[in-house]
Amino acid sequence: MEGRGFGFPWTRFLLATRRALSRAADGMDAESLLLSLELASGSGQGLSPDRRASLLTSLTLVKRDYRFDRVLFWGRILGLVGDYYIAQGVSEDQLAPRKTLYSLNCMEWSLLPPATEEMETQTSVVKGRFMGDPSHEYEHTELQKVNEGEKVFEEEVVVQIKEETRLVSVIDQIDKAVAIIPRGALFKTPFGPISVNRTFEGLSLSEAKKLSSYFHFREPVELKNKTLLEKAELDPSLDFMDSLEHDIPKGSWSVQMERGNALVVLRSLLWPGLTFYHAPRTKNYGYIYVGTGEKNLDLPFML
Amino acid sequence: MEDSIPVNQKIEHQELGETGRPWEETVTTSQNPELGLSEALELEQGPETGLQPRSSPPRMPLSGDRTPDRPVDDLLGLRASFPPSSSQELPSTLSPLTLARQDFMAPWQSDKTTSVISEAETPPFGHLEQLSDKGGSTPHQTCQSKENTFQQTKYPLYELRDVSNHTSKQKDLRFDIFQEDDSNSNYHLDQPESGASEVAPSMLEIAIQNTKAYLLKTSSKSGLNLYDHLSEMLTTVLDKRPENAVDIIENISQDVKMEHFSKKLDTLQNENEMLPTYEIAEKQKTLFLQGNLEGADQELEDEIAEHALPNIMESAFYFEQAGVGLGTDETYRIFLALKQLTDTHSIQKCRFWGKILGLEMNYIVAEVEFREGEDEEEVEEEDVPEERDNGDREADEDDEDELPRPFYKAPQAIPKEESRTGANKYVYFVCNEPGRPWVKLPAVTPAQIVIARKIKKFFTGRLDNPIISYPPFPGNESNYLRAQIARISAGTHVSPLGFYHFGEEEGEEEEEIESGRDSFEENPDFEGIQVIDLVESLSNWVHHVQHILPQGRCNWFNPIQKSEEEEEEEDEEKEEKGEEPDDIEQEVGPPLLTPISEDLEIQNISPWTTRLSSNLIPQYAIAVLRSNLWPGAYAFSNGKKFENFYIGWGHKYSPDSYTPPVPPPVYQEYPIGPEIMEMDDPTVEEEQTFRAAQEAVQEENEETEEEEDEEDDYD
Repeated sequence: MEGRGFGFPWTRFLLATRRALSRAADGMDAESLLLSLELASGSGQGLSPDRRASLLTSLTLVKRDYRFDRVLFWGRILGLVGDYYIAQGVSEDQLAPRKTLYSLNCMEWSLLPPATEEMETQTSVVKGRFMGDPSHEYEHTELQKVNEGEKVFEEEVVVQIKEETRLVSVIDQIDKAVAIIPRGALFKTPFGPISVNRTFEGLSLSEAKKLSSYFHFREPVELKNKTLLEKAELDPSLDFMDSLEHDIPKGSWSVQMERGNALVVLRSLLWPGLTFYHAPRTKNYGYIYVGTGEKNLDLPFML
Repeated sequence: MEDSIPVNQKIEHQELGETGRPWEETVTTSQNPELGLSEALELEQGPETGLQPRSSPPRMPLSGDRTPDRPVDDLLGLRASFPPSSSQELPSTLSPLTLARQDFMAPWQSDKTTSVISEAETPPFGHLEQLSDKGGSTPHQTCQSKENTFQQTKYPLYELRDVSNHTSKQKDLRFDIFQEDDSNSNYHLDQPESGASEVAPSMLEIAIQNTKAYLLKTSSKSGLNLYDHLSEMLTTVLDKRPENAVDIIENISQDVKMEHFSKKLDTLQNENEMLPTYEIAEKQKTLFLQGNLEGADQELEDEIAEHALPNIMESAFYFEQAGVGLGTDETYRIFLALKQLTDTHSIQKCRFWGKILGLEMNYIVAEVEFREGEDEEEVEEEDVPEERDNGDREADEDDEDELPRPFYKAPQAIPKEESRTGANKYVYFVCNEPGRPWVKLPAVTPAQIVIARKIKKFFTGRLDNPIISYPPFPGNESNYLRAQIARISAGTHVSPLGFYHFGEEEGEEEEEIESGRDSFEENPDFEGIQVIDLVESLSNWVHHVQHILPQGRCNWFNPIQKSEEEEEEEDEEKEEKGEEPDDIEQEVGPPLLTPISEDLEIQNISPWTTRLSSNLIPQYAIAVLRSNLWPGAYAFSNGKKFENFYIGWGHKYSPDSYTPPVPPPVYQEYPIGPEIMEMDDPTVEEEQTFRAAQEAVQEENEETEEEEDEEDDYD
């Protein structure tokens, strides 16, 4: 049969293209770090050449040692003494919880424990800037009710919170709140796992300006609460995440077209420092966080 | 059979000698039960024409009931979804599969496709024989019932699809399921619904029609539709029989598309989505062309202009070491835009101040110092509102005779600082994008700074946007932007110790200003500071921009003095004011060139972070200074050179969240005193005694008058 000609060389070619395609998309991939930094530079957030070079080297090694499918450069949290450089390892399933690593010098990476809700409540009392020292302990005095016999009285207890815990919790909060991805970049397979959409060719210009074409990169929360009428227009294989347009408060995103519509930049106002960029009609998109790791609680006053 | 096939296909059959033959044989020899397919096809087309309504409903189970993981389903579902409309052209249809098949064949018009069918048709028969040999399943032998027709018509189709190495057992199993499905549906339809489906097409049917219509939708880009594309793809697959066809289906699709290289037709409407891209590119083109346009005759002027233009690329290089700054190309565009600015205005000194992010657009800010002769228009602008105020006052005075005027006077407006002094030392130009026109920001007034300290607003990127805030902001976004720029400059513009020193002569000249020396000049003897020292000690950095007092000015303005010179009426107000310690005592801030180590701490946080840009190669590293008070403000110094840069939202940092200022105190009412209280009405007794007293007085008067009269008379 003449079909035989399709065999071996074709599959090899195909595998190569598949590999290339899966690299191109999402996050700040280690391989596409330089392009991404260039695209996100409009916000003034960059890396110095030596940091860049060391990241490129060390993330490759991290990928090998931790056996990640991909490693993304997540961003940088500015501390008073030192900065935390954050990277995330991604497994096959795109929505699965990611492993987070941090480094102070961009070469030695340490794995962070997964974030728990307990951590979040614990660290919610800490305000102010990060120190840049993972072993730094914040002291927090809180009143605790102590039962002694029949009497109930309040006692001041000093709680010590490690900065590392706070770091984990803040990264998790940022990821849950403002990690975003363009619509169509991921799709849900009938079997459940969510994978990179290889046919994603970028948003069109008119779509790129709308908040509704971006999704929160997390398990949907709002989607369940939607009415049937609202769900009617959704495509189950694409619209399986929450879109940005219903974020509270309204206007917690700034959408800008830069370089004369050649680049769309979304900046989170709730977590200032998070920049998402996407060049319409290309596969280039991703986000990077460079900031103090503090939530902007003043947002309603500022709009 | 031949009726149902397009003409060219018929020809194809004749041409295809060997492959075509078994087909024709099956048509003629109908004894073999295995050849039921062709027989069924033939027979059904013959006698049972016009049964179309009955034939369409059975498609329901075909597309709906099957479990999705069965490989057959894709194809069958696809076929089943063809609505009867297109099949009407064909002479007859009976079973959904024949229908579907015919339908499927109908759009195939290329020569290739037809050959595929005939080719594809052959193997099924072989297989069928095998099957019946092995399994000996009964349905094959009785082909009278409709179910069987179904099975058999379907069988080849199934085979068509499933070329690979499934065992026949598996097929048998599926076969049975098919059979059940179909028979069920058939019974349904035959008896109660034979007529009804014609009247009210089921939901599914509509859905199917919609699906097909959707598939047939022609793409506006390529002029193709998915329906044709899929059929062509399948043709190719069946034609070439690749191994693992599912893996390379994308490539096949691409190949098929590439074969269709049709001319792009003209459309009436142009796509204008990309228009802004071209627009900005056009504007930026002028930036790149400006050098050529001016020509060589202006060399003299260029020399001066060159002096004014800062070397942005150099400082951008250093800032890049620090990990801040814009991309290289954007920086260069800004560089060109600044060149344009210095070429078009008579600017003595220019600096790239930074970038303030906005919601819709950003601001690129340039700090310039004009040569002599500028700003006149602006002064006039500012005078207008003051005059208006005076007019209001005069109007008030007219009413004064009848009713008391309101005592309240707005606290005396503190005049803005002269240009070239204090907070208005520099003039700021902003633009949204390099290439767009530069807009000059108005001078800042103390009131704007004072209010700006109390509010926190995002910039939108439109200069004329009104600022809606609780303490009402006097001005629009351009004024707010200017106020924030003044605050950021005052807070974060620093230089290495010794780079600037107070100029002796100028300092004496300006002694009139109370705060003393407010001017400085570059120190020619500056020898540079070790980078390590700059990193290790904050006291090696000094502010070279004047501190802005709580009053909103850099130089103290005494509001009391002024008021004494003015109208006397304001004396009262002055006294009231005098009670506030704020205005009597002169506000003093840190003088110029104060080390930043003396800056106030933000709740135990140091206001500055210093760092060496590279720990790996410290000998060539630079000192990087980051403001914690104004996130986004950076400074670098390599010992000899330094530069300040701001990029951010233009807001001050505070560990506590923003609290709107408390509402002003409620004015106390006038204290209840004798001038407010009234006497009781006089009682009758009081009036009587009063009258008695009056009368007594009158009598006395009369007497005296008489005496006087007498005396007069005597005179």
